[in-house]
Amino acid sequence: MTSTSPANPAEQHVAPQADHGDPAKGLIARIAEGRAWLFLAGLLVCFEIWSRLAFGATFVLNPFNLQSIAIFAVAPLLLATGQTFVIISGGIDLSLGFIMGLAAVIAAHATNMAGAAIPLPLAMLAGILAAVIVAGVPGIINGLLISRLKVPPFIGTLGMFGVARGAAFLLAGGTTVPVQNSWFALLGNGKFYGIPYLVLITAVFVIVMHYLLSQTRFGQHNYAIGANVQAARRSGIDIKGHILRLYVLSAMCAGLGGALYAARFTAGAAQAGEPLLLDSVAAVVIGGASLFGGSGTILGTVAGALVIAVIQYGLVFVNVEPFWQFMAVGVVIIISVLIDQAQRRFSGGRQDE
Amino acid sequence: MNNTDQTTPLLEVRNLSKHFGAVRALNDFSMTVRPGEVVALAGDNGAGKTTLIKAISGVFQPTGGEILLRGQPVAFATPQEAREKGIETIYQDLALADNLSIGANIFLGREPMRKAFGFLPVLDRKAMAEAARETMKRLDFHVSRLNAPVSNFSGGQRQAVAIGRAVYWDAQILIMDEPTAALGVPEQRKVISLIHQLKAQGRGVIFISHNLQDIFAVSDRIVVLRRGVQAGERKISETNHDEVVKLMVGG
Repeated sequence: MTSTSPANPAEQHVAPQADHGDPAKGLIARIAEGRAWLFLAGLLVCFEIWSRLAFGATFVLNPFNLQSIAIFAVAPLLLATGQTFVIISGGIDLSLGFIMGLAAVIAAHATNMAGAAIPLPLAMLAGILAAVIVAGVPGIINGLLISRLKVPPFIGTLGMFGVARGAAFLLAGGTTVPVQNSWFALLGNGKFYGIPYLVLITAVFVIVMHYLLSQTRFGQHNYAIGANVQAARRSGIDIKGHILRLYVLSAMCAGLGGALYAARFTAGAAQAGEPLLLDSVAAVVIGGASLFGGSGTILGTVAGALVIAVIQYGLVFVNVEPFWQFMAVGVVIIISVLIDQAQRRFSGGRQDE
Repeated sequence: MNNTDQTTPLLEVRNLSKHFGAVRALNDFSMTVRPGEVVALAGDNGAGKTTLIKAISGVFQPTGGEILLRGQPVAFATPQEAREKGIETIYQDLALADNLSIGANIFLGREPMRKAFGFLPVLDRKAMAEAARETMKRLDFHVSRLNAPVSNFSGGQRQAVAIGRAVYWDAQILIMDEPTAALGVPEQRKVISLIHQLKAQGRGVIFISHNLQDIFAVSDRIVVLRRGVQAGERKISETNHDEVVKLMVGG
């Protein structure tokens, strides 16, 4: 042993270990990955059968139902796209709901104010822009708190939840702010070949966000930070800058959500996003992300948001008391997480040592 | 191995000191690493091994002494600077992002981009996978599933990925902190054979281990640290376990 000849490394050779290419594991992993879409398909089938038995009418093929579900899904989905990025990075953003409310109020005020000076379509754009930009401010503060001052995301954004809530109600004067702008109303309720403008805008936005997460360095670094922040730092990734941009991004998603809310109801309300925050987290989790960070996709989140919208709309459609919605969504979240756990155990992924 | 004595050392550490207040974690320490040489760094806990590698890799600024790279004095303000000059540290916890593929880990922080449809910049996953395959082949390590996250691979394979990243970016000096510590026996042997590959490619390796068997299996020289000072330096062919242990504990 004292002088193992380094000249003959072949002796030391150990055959590379077999890859873990077990096809069964691959299948389980694939099912787990697409579970949100499976849930969605299952739900649609259930409601279709229910609807046919109870009313003798189709559920899925009724365009009005599809439009309504899509409209239902818009606001939670916009919050959830930003939330997806944050959760993948290992954080959470609890302030999104009231940032959305703040943005809705800003959008209403700004559109009205601009409408007095410039043509209505431009005033509408100004209102939306103002909402998204103002929403970025709490995002910047969140980002600075979390990246520079090392405040845990849960606490930092919880604080911002309160601040944004107060600011939104103060700006709204404790009431809803109606919008006087026919273009804005058209944006919120008009359709293009049967597809509501709101849904189109959201679809385009979601595609851009999907690109950002799956095809850019920003997205790649987001996954790396969520999995192993030390590794990301050692690889030369600017963690502080990334976290700051991340929370600004998620706040701006909420800002767009608020602007579209104001368009849909032609009014800005501070409580616009109040019930949507937890829906957004639920959509991300149902969509396959882990709250520990490092996994998740925008497409999964889209499915997650649609699952929630289908449950909410579908149960109303088949005339079930609305309180069942909460239970149904809750059960789906729990099942979703159980599948995730099972998949982790089966796929031979190392548990944390 | 004697002929390497004439070549310029890849890395030379001269009279390096690092003091934390009154604590002299490293004092007047010198060592060299030549191309194709594996130097083991041994010592009890708290002997100053970690301080030394952190000073070499740019994490700490040394209090005194100098570091020469191919005869040129260098000073690193950050680990990034050291890495750019070809000194790569492979940490115990591997510093891999478990959820990313081998290629994505190799390129983490400097991902190649391509233009989709002629205008849209997107990650060049094909180039990353290709580079991963090539690099792992150079380490005589064949993986078929280049898109799988590295969490699916075994400890030794993950170690190989970390080494692969250093090799891809053409690190000339690899500092390996307990690379075999968390591995089973066959995996340890695989890592040892990886180190032989690095050696054959003319790179310098600083190998830190508690395991004397591994040290004797792979190193050309051994440098023993004790309480921040060099307690001895031996050619592996001219020493044995007992002597090294005596140097370590100061018996």
